[in-house]
Parts: sequence; C-alpha cells; structure tokens
Amino acid sequence: MLQEESDLALIIAQIVQKLKGSNLYAQLERQAWASLQRPEIKLESLKEDIKEFFKISGWEKKLQNAVYSELSVFPLPSHPAAPPEHLKEPLVYMRKAQVLINLRNPNYENGDSHSFRTHLGLIQVPLKVKDIPELKEFFVELGLTAGQLGVDDSTQVPPELFENEHVRIGQKVLSEQDSAAAQQYIRQGSPTALRAELWALILNISSQPEDILYYEQLKTNVIQHDLLVDSLIYKDVKLTASNDDYYFVFEDYLYQVLLCFSRDTSVLGHFAYSSASPPKSYIRGKLGLEEYAVFYPPNGVIPFHGFSMYVAPLCFLYHEPSKLYQIFREMYVRFFFRLHSISSHPSGIVSLCLLFETLLQTYLPQLFYHLREIGAQPLRISFKWMVRAFSGYLATDQLLLLWDRILGYNSLEILAVLAAAVFAFRAVNLMEVTSLAAAEAVLADLSTLKVMPLLQIFLFATVT
Amino acid sequence: MAGKVKWVTDIEKSVLINNFEKRGWVQVTENEDWNFYWMSVQTIRNVFSVETGYRLSDDQIVNHFPNHYELTRKDLMVKNIKRYRKELEKEGSPLAEKDESGKYLYLDFVPITYMLPADYNLFVEEFRKSPSSTWIMKPCGKAQGKGIFLINKLSQIKKWSRDSKTSSFMTQSTKEAYVISLYINNPLLIGGRKFDLRLYVLVSTYRPLRCYMYKLGFCRFCTVKYTPSTSELDNMFVHLTNVAIQKHGEDYNHIHGGKWAVNNLRLYLESTRGREVTGKLFDEIHWVIVQSLKAVAPVMNNDKHCFECYGYDIIIDDKLKPWLIEVNASPSLTSSTANDRILKYNLINDTLNIAVPNGEIPDCKWNKSPPKEVLGNYEILYDEELAQGDGADRELRSRPGQSLGPRGGRSRDSGRTVLTTWK
Repeated sequence: MLQEESDLALIIAQIVQKLKGSNLYAQLERQAWASLQRPEIKLESLKEDIKEFFKISGWEKKLQNAVYSELSVFPLPSHPAAPPEHLKEPLVYMRKAQVLINLRNPNYENGDSHSFRTHLGLIQVPLKVKDIPELKEFFVELGLTAGQLGVDDSTQVPPELFENEHVRIGQKVLSEQDSAAAQQYIRQGSPTALRAELWALILNISSQPEDILYYEQLKTNVIQHDLLVDSLIYKDVKLTASNDDYYFVFEDYLYQVLLCFSRDTSVLGHFAYSSASPPKSYIRGKLGLEEYAVFYPPNGVIPFHGFSMYVAPLCFLYHEPSKLYQIFREMYVRFFFRLHSISSHPSGIVSLCLLFETLLQTYLPQLFYHLREIGAQPLRISFKWMVRAFSGYLATDQLLLLWDRILGYNSLEILAVLAAAVFAFRAVNLMEVTSLAAAEAVLADLSTLKVMPLLQIFLFATVT
Repeated sequence: MAGKVKWVTDIEKSVLINNFEKRGWVQVTENEDWNFYWMSVQTIRNVFSVETGYRLSDDQIVNHFPNHYELTRKDLMVKNIKRYRKELEKEGSPLAEKDESGKYLYLDFVPITYMLPADYNLFVEEFRKSPSSTWIMKPCGKAQGKGIFLINKLSQIKKWSRDSKTSSFMTQSTKEAYVISLYINNPLLIGGRKFDLRLYVLVSTYRPLRCYMYKLGFCRFCTVKYTPSTSELDNMFVHLTNVAIQKHGEDYNHIHGGKWAVNNLRLYLESTRGREVTGKLFDEIHWVIVQSLKAVAPVMNNDKHCFECYGYDIIIDDKLKPWLIEVNASPSLTSSTANDRILKYNLINDTLNIAVPNGEIPDCKWNKSPPKEVLGNYEILYDEELAQGDGADRELRSRPGQSLGPRGGRSRDSGRTVLTTWK
C-alpha cells in the first residue's frame, strides 16, 4: 500500500512539474490573482474560496483535461535506476533493432511457446498482443448490443433509435468540456457536426492567442529559410494527396502544415517517450563534437512517402490553418509516430503487425496458409494500410469513424483488427487467387467498405 | 409490339453507345424507323421546326424538349425567372415576399443580369450604383467558357463593342447577344480555391412537373488559388471553373480532373460549419432548381415524346447562399478522367432506365412514373402530382430557411425518397 502511494506521489509530482511550464499554469495564476477582486473570496478562507471559484468557472475542468492529457502519454512505471534509453524502450533487442534489418530475439532460439514456434507470419518477435477474447473486452463498446455511429445511423434506421440521443449526449459532453467523458463517448463514434470539437477536446487543444502566434512564427520561419526536407514534403504531397480524389483540394493546406511542422522544435518533446531518437547533424567541420550538434530537421522527424496522408483527412474537419496544425501535431506526437518507429509498445507498428498476423493465423488459418503458399504473405499487403492508419484507402467518412475509435481507446490496435477484418471479409475471393498480384488486386479497392460493421462482425459475430 | 429498340445518335460518345449496346438495342440511321434518338441541340431544332413538319409517332422518344432554350439560353432563363417572380408577386403569393431593401426573400437566386445590347442603359444605371463591382460578360449561345470575360470599368465594355466590330450598341444582333451579370466575387473557397457545382437534373415532364436529381454531382475546382484582386481579372484559370478552360492550366491533374464529389462537400461543410447550415444550403439548392423549372414550365412545350437531362451550374458564396449561374441542355459527355467516365456511364444508364422503362420499345403515352427501384443514383427532386396529392397545407409550411427536420435523401414519410416536401 505504501509503495503504491509513493508511486502515485511520484507521478503527481512529475505531472505537476510538467504542467508548471505550460500556458495553463500561467493562466491559472492570472485567474487566481484576478479572483481576489471578487466579493466571495475572503482572506480567512483564501485557499478554499479560490478552489471553489476555479470549480465554478470551469478552470478546474481545464486542469483536469490537462492532467488527463499528460497521463495518456505517461510512460509506464519503471525501475528508478533505469537509464533514459531504457525508459524509451525497455527491451534490449528492440533497442538494438533500430539499426538492425532483421528483428529477432537472440534469447529466443528454441521457443518454449508452442504457438510461437509455428508462427507463419513475417514478424518473428514474441511481443505480447491481445487475442480476440481480450480484444472483445478492450473494445466492449463496439459490441453488438450497443449503438454505433457507422452502423446505426444508416438511412434505413430511424434516428430515434440511437442517433438522436447520441447527438444530444455529445452536445452535453462538449458543453461540460470534459476530456475524459469525451474520450469515453467517442468510442461509439462522433456525429459529423461535433467531431471537430470533440477531437480538440480529447487532444486538449484550445486555440489560445499564444498558439496562433506560435504558428505565425513557424510560418515566418518557412518564408525566411528553406530546408532540404521541404523538397521531400513537396514531392510527397504531389505524389499522394494531390492525386487523391478526396484530398487534392487541400494541397495548399498540406504544404503549410507540413512545412511548419518540420521547423517546430516543440515536437522534439515526444522523443522522451518514443523509442526513436531525432537524427543529428553537425555544423560543418565539427563532426562528432556534441557542442556543434543540431537536430535535423528541427523537429527531428524526417518525412517519408505518404506522410502527408496523416494530415489530409484532418482538412475535412478544420479549415483554420493554425487549429489544423495544432490538431495534427498532437495526433502525431500521440499516435502517428508509433507507426513508423520500432518499439515494443502495444500500439507500435511491430506489435500491430504481429497482432494482425496472429489474428489472421488463429481465426482464418486456411486463408493464411493458402496466401503464404502462393507467396502472398498477408502482411505484405496490409502493412501499407496500417502504416498510413488507412488514410487514402478508406472513404473519408469511414476513415473518420475509424480515427474516432483510435482517439476513444487511445490505441492504434484497431488498425490491426480492421486489417484482419478486411481479409476475413474478402476471404472467399482470396482463397481463389494464385499469386501475390492477384491477391493485391482483390484488396486494391477499400473505398466502398463500411468499417464498423466489418469490425463488429470480426470481433463479435465470428465463430471462434 | 415486341422487338428491339432502334436507336440513333449524332453524338458519338462511348458512354452513350456502350449503354445502348448493353441493352441489346439496334443502331439505325435517322432516315429509318427509330425509337430512340439521342440528339444534339442542333438536330432538335430541325426536328421541331415548323418547316420540316416532322411528326413523332407514339413509339419515338427524344432527349430534348423542343424549346429547351427557354431554360438553357442565359438570357431567356433570366427573362423567364423575372416573369415568374412578377406573376407570383401579382397574385400575392407568399413566395414572392420581399425584404426591406426590395430583394426577394425566396426567389433571389440569380445574380443581377442584363441583356446586351438591349438593356445597356439599365445596366449602366446599376453599374454606377456600385462602381467598384465586377461584372461578367457571357455570350448567350456559347458554352464551355467560350467568349467570357470580366470587366470592372465601363470603358472595358465600350472597348469590347468596338473590337467586335458592331457599329453601335443600338443594333439588335441576336447572334452576338450577350448577358452581363454581377460577378460573385465572394465565392465560398475550399482549400483557398474557387469551385462551382455541376448537378444533373432529369425532367421527364413539365406539366405535371416531375424531376429527378442525380446524387453524384460534383464540384469543379480551379487549379489556381482564388484572388479577387483586380490584377488577376484576366486570368481565366482563377475565375472560370469550366473543365474546358482548366484543362489547359499548368496544374491540371488527369487523375481527378479537379472534380470533387458533392458528398465530400457535404461532409466538409457539416464538419466545419454544422449540420443545420449545411442542410439549409442543400435545401436551398434543391429549391433553386425546382423554382427555375417551375418558372419555365408554363412556356415549355411539354411534348410527351421528350425528356431532358440538364447540367445545372451553381456557385455558392461565402455566406452559403447558392446562385444559379446557368443550365446546360447538353452537359458534356466527354470523360476527362477514369472516374468521370464511370460517372457519366452510370448517369446515362440511370437516365435511360427512367426515360425508357424496362429498355423496351417506348410508348410515349405512359404515365412517366417509374417505380422506385429503377431510379439508380437519381432521387425524386420534385413530383408535382405527389405533392398536390398531399394536400394544400404543405404550401405554407415549407420554405428554405425554415427547419423541416431530416432531409436530403433520408425522408421518413412513407418511405419515399423525395427531397422536397413543399409544392
């Protein structure tokens, strides 16, 4: 009991330390000073009165949301003597994997787990992934007895059954401005009109003047000097979003957001809990001298082909560039970075790949075996879907319903489940193909899929 | 009478021909006995002109109304709408209600327009009221953005009239007739770009009015960022959304062709502006289309051999008000992209399913009431018979700007997919 208490005290102290440097702290301080003018604040009971004032005026809620936000990326409890690299990534061989091509656990030569020795997939790393019973429990709100947006709002279903009430609750959640409630609510999907605000609430984004000013400064940086990565961004946008039926309209916004993103050093903060480290560059002639090292690009993230597709769907929700930017940045440092860095985190891309393969092999063994035999390892096809969080593969309205659940469950595991569900859906056709190219063709067009029914069928209605 | 439908066309487009062939119809020439003729607008002029004395028989159907130009010529469309409004005003209809500044509350959906040279003096008077405004000059009989230009100074028109070699403004020359409209310089921008809406509307009969809206309309985006700055007035890539013009821009993309599905527009507006204003916008768009059809219905030759598929061009301004720019009798059947080809193929397919029931030899005396199942991607936009059958109390209740509950394809009353609930 004592240990838990001291752990909790430590966490509280760390979060307080983190928040002390934030805008919110300065605002709370200002508010506290201003409140002294109010008649109900008495000198004798100063502390309680100010606390009461914060509660009534909604500032306590803002503080609550900020704490909740910090907790969502808080690292798991660890040994007090662990060095920082261990905090970023506890497993030794995963740390080493950052520079390795092949990912194998050197201690795992003669696997003691029966199921793992016969794992037919590409990922040969024994990370812990959930099985369907665990997934059913984790995603309990997606079950067949609960209403869902994406299922129960179709034109054949009268809105009185679920949709109207759900919208009403959503409006209430927004008026309460409660992050945690919003996150719980959005597990059943967000109404289109409320989505922008709900995501902002869950990600704890409020457009303060300081934020807008910060964004303007980034824009000035873009105008003042070029970076080599700018060329990568231009090329990426031109190759992906510019050719996309849904997103080509927002080309200019994508440039704006991504060019600013590359120059935003606040993004470096996420490396504290990411297993990756930002690449370093050295001032000319000073190679190896740490005093002359800079992070390059300034935000530590080198964009890759398809990177702009993380931003594109957000353009449907936010037409104001600084808000769009803030939302994207937060989505990146909470979720997207895990999709392109090697770690043992359950939402990391490696775990997602393993989860996908395990689900497929366990519940569709015939299909998995067949595809493997014809040289079409399923992961070769589904990898690109998961790395992009399905952006550019699903219709936008379906994608947004999927990302609702990513936010709601604070996890990317749903991407792996959906990937497996897609294979299950197309299983009959896939059993008939005889080559990788043919398998790719069967799975080339996902734009007509409805994600929620697929997920529900796979998780809750398939006989296991 | 059993037998295959015999078709003719003078528009050699694959989206048409493939549809005819897939129905097993037989191609013939116009001199033979034909059942279905997909005509160009020149041909329809000849067919129905007084001189030729052409008589269509009961088993012949054509794809244009004889005097479609009452709707599809820019000057006649404006004339008919103005006449319609005056008539409603005279009979004291609440639809013709005006606000304090004299603008129609519900029927102000066409930008101020004058015919040139006839209304030149009226135009000058209006121009002088707001001298900083921009106006757009459009030739009455042309399409695809040909001959269109913008002006913001009276001297520019005088210059044009000199250049086009007309001796003076006073000579009536219908061949070179132009309209000049107030330019909407505050269009709704998405991603910083201007766009307009292309919506397909099928009319099977004008009296009673029965029309269908194709669900898969699209936005046509300009390739260059919009600026109302006067230095860019000559840059057609910024202002004109016609694909024929945009295709020659540097940034034209052959995969999507600058076309964005209307459903995307709906999702974007609902997400960024909310459900009510989005619903209101789409209601208003439907309203505008139906009113324009009602305006020409009295003068339209409601020949029972005819149906017509129009291409409506609509611009939305930054206050989310839709403006009717023009109606095309022969919307382009050329496909600029692969998606486009699929869309136009399905458009013709659904159109034929409604106009030629069961793909059999038509009888123009049929009641033109297709069953719900054949509509495909069409939705009933307005059915005068149905609307009248529901009683007169609907007239006053429903108008744009008043909330009416869920609409736009999710109508709940007796399972009809009717977009409008007003008469």
